[in-house]
Amino acid sequence: MIEFSNWDILRNLLLAAQWTLLLSIAAFIGGTVVALTLTAMRLTRNVVVMRIVRVYVELFQGTPLLMQMFLCFFGLSMIGYEISAWGAAILSLTLFTSAFLVEIWRGCIDTLPKGQWEASRVLGLNFLQTLRHVILPQATKVAFAPTVGFSVQVVKGTALASVIGFVELTKAGTMLNNATFEPFKVFAFVALIYFALCYPLSLCSKYLEKKYHVAR
Amino acid sequence: MLNFSDLLPYTDVFLSGLMTTMELTVLTTALGVLVGTTCAAIRQYGNGTSQRTVAAYVELIRNTPFIVQLFFIFFGLPAVGLILTSWQASIIALTINLGAYSTEIIRAGLSNISKGQWEAAKVLGLNFRQTLLRVVFTPAFEKIYPALTSQCIIVMLGSAVLSQISVQDLTYAANLVQSRNFRAFESYVVTALMYLGLAMLMRYVFVLIGKRLFAFREAS
Repeated sequence: MIEFSNWDILRNLLLAAQWTLLLSIAAFIGGTVVALTLTAMRLTRNVVVMRIVRVYVELFQGTPLLMQMFLCFFGLSMIGYEISAWGAAILSLTLFTSAFLVEIWRGCIDTLPKGQWEASRVLGLNFLQTLRHVILPQATKVAFAPTVGFSVQVVKGTALASVIGFVELTKAGTMLNNATFEPFKVFAFVALIYFALCYPLSLCSKYLEKKYHVAR
Repeated sequence: MLNFSDLLPYTDVFLSGLMTTMELTVLTTALGVLVGTTCAAIRQYGNGTSQRTVAAYVELIRNTPFIVQLFFIFFGLPAVGLILTSWQASIIALTINLGAYSTEIIRAGLSNISKGQWEAAKVLGLNFRQTLLRVVFTPAFEKIYPALTSQCIIVMLGSAVLSQISVQDLTYAANLVQSRNFRAFESYVVTALMYLGLAMLMRYVFVLIGKRLFAFREAS
């Protein structure tokens, strides 16, 4: 049997944490792109389009992320779409992230008084001009803090990719546990690494919240 | 080809999983909100050390994934002598998790209650218990009720992870069925929809409870 020192455990976990980080970034970028598209769809004020977005949000906020991952990984391959664990993890995390981001951004845009749209209209700005010069500069300021805050949920969400066999931090933890029989130590290390990844984001979100709250 | 009729023989497997998930949800929602209320009161009115302890608990739980907390409790704690069944570990993990999130939410509600309210209650001759219940907690809860509802639903959805320590919940049922009839897609779609239904049901029940709790608004 191979002996694992504390350093061996930590070193291997840190190696795996890189995949957690990469998966988080990929999912966050994917989620942002999809959420931007959906937000744009919402802004058209078309009833049918808005209802589609509503159902999308309801569907992915109302079902467990784990179930979405199972569906993407086992489900899709059963009906003929071959997908890797990495692909399934990114796909499901993108869907999950976008559903929450759309809802967060909706709140940010809707807090702006309706009079601003009307005033812009009176001033002769068209839809895109209103969006670019009036709505977005204000909405992005408000949206910054909760978006950073939600990124913590994305990082934590990547832990579920371990269940479909993608080797990231949590999966590495269970594998090391099987090799060392020291679950207390291994999972404490895993938790600490997640904490080290997430806590700065939480602090950053809190800081942004204070900063823009005062500015308003 | 999709074939949902293959799931029919397993109806009772799904139903028993659904029951387990609901049981766990009801129990841990109650316990979690209780922990959250206590910790929020400490965070708001306690002394320095107790405030810092609660803050550390909240930050630690909020910044680590639920699955890691669960593994730590179920696999890690027995190594230091505390042996738990998967059912016990699940209840503890869910309660601790919801407790941390609801602490933060309820505290936001409590910080909304101004000092003048306490003073007014005192002047009106309410004792400490009455003040706490009628003047502080009820209005505080009313304010944060929607956020608390959402958080409870998120924790219910998170309970899907419990299948990983072989708690026989709804997700466990889905895995069992797809391992028997190889209808993975159908099995997971049906289960996902059941979770969706459960989430909607929870929101509805919370609204009903809220109507009762905050009935004083309509009376006045």
